[in-house]
Amino acid sequence: MTTGSALKTETVPIANSSDVVVVRQRVRAWALELKLSLVDQTKIVTAASELGRNTLEHGGGGHMEMSLVENGVKRGIRLRFTDHGPGIPDLDLALKDGYTSGGGLGLGLGGSKRLMHEFEIDSKPGSGTTITVVRWK
Amino acid sequence: MERIPILRMGSYLLVTIQVDMHDKLALTLQDDLTERISSVNAKGVLIDISSLEIVDSFIGRTLANIASMARVLDAETVVVGMQPAVAITLVELGMSLPGIRTALNVESGMEYLRETVGSREESDDDDGLSTED
Repeated sequence: MTTGSALKTETVPIANSSDVVVVRQRVRAWALELKLSLVDQTKIVTAASELGRNTLEHGGGGHMEMSLVENGVKRGIRLRFTDHGPGIPDLDLALKDGYTSGGGLGLGLGGSKRLMHEFEIDSKPGSGTTITVVRWK
Repeated sequence: MERIPILRMGSYLLVTIQVDMHDKLALTLQDDLTERISSVNAKGVLIDISSLEIVDSFIGRTLANIASMARVLDAETVVVGMQPAVAITLVELGMSLPGIRTALNVESGMEYLRETVGSREESDDDDGLSTED
């Protein structure tokens, strides 16, 4: 699953909608550093934007922990979004395209999953949600 | 408060989004544009997103909302200049922006607006439905 050893790590707080912009900028900077293609950069930044917004809107804020990871010869970027919100009661439903608990389009989770190589949700009702995603180079 | 400028050229409104928009800024643009369409009686809206490095579901939805609101206010909207990497990502995300007219660049976007708005004004004259008296 979302394995690999972390070579370096950075944490970005997510407390308001400007922080989601910072999340996008930091992920873009790391994607550039890893020399991802423009399409791959766009995919990981878009996924980060969706997940960062979820952390803010549904989790009431939290943070993103970004790591440069290595697994054998592969290198990639791992993003871990953590909030202490209400959690996701039905994971299968939450991942369905078109399902939304807020006023959105319901593309955030399912869409981000398609944009990344690895995707893992850990959510307990009442104690928050952690979503970990990886995009390998 | 931070705002995205809206330029007026005749009966058209032009917007170039050059900043990485946070969600509130996108909503402000939506409000400002609908307000301006109504106050200047605009017939066409052109939104240039060539500087946008990503379009996520929120920005996509805001663009779709702007186009729908403009249509209700009797104006056409065209979104121009989407970068190829943005288009690829947007479709993979699951958004194909239905209901939004797009063009590759500002020139073809303006051409589309002139044709659409122009032909609509002609047909209004023909069927006589737009007579005020």
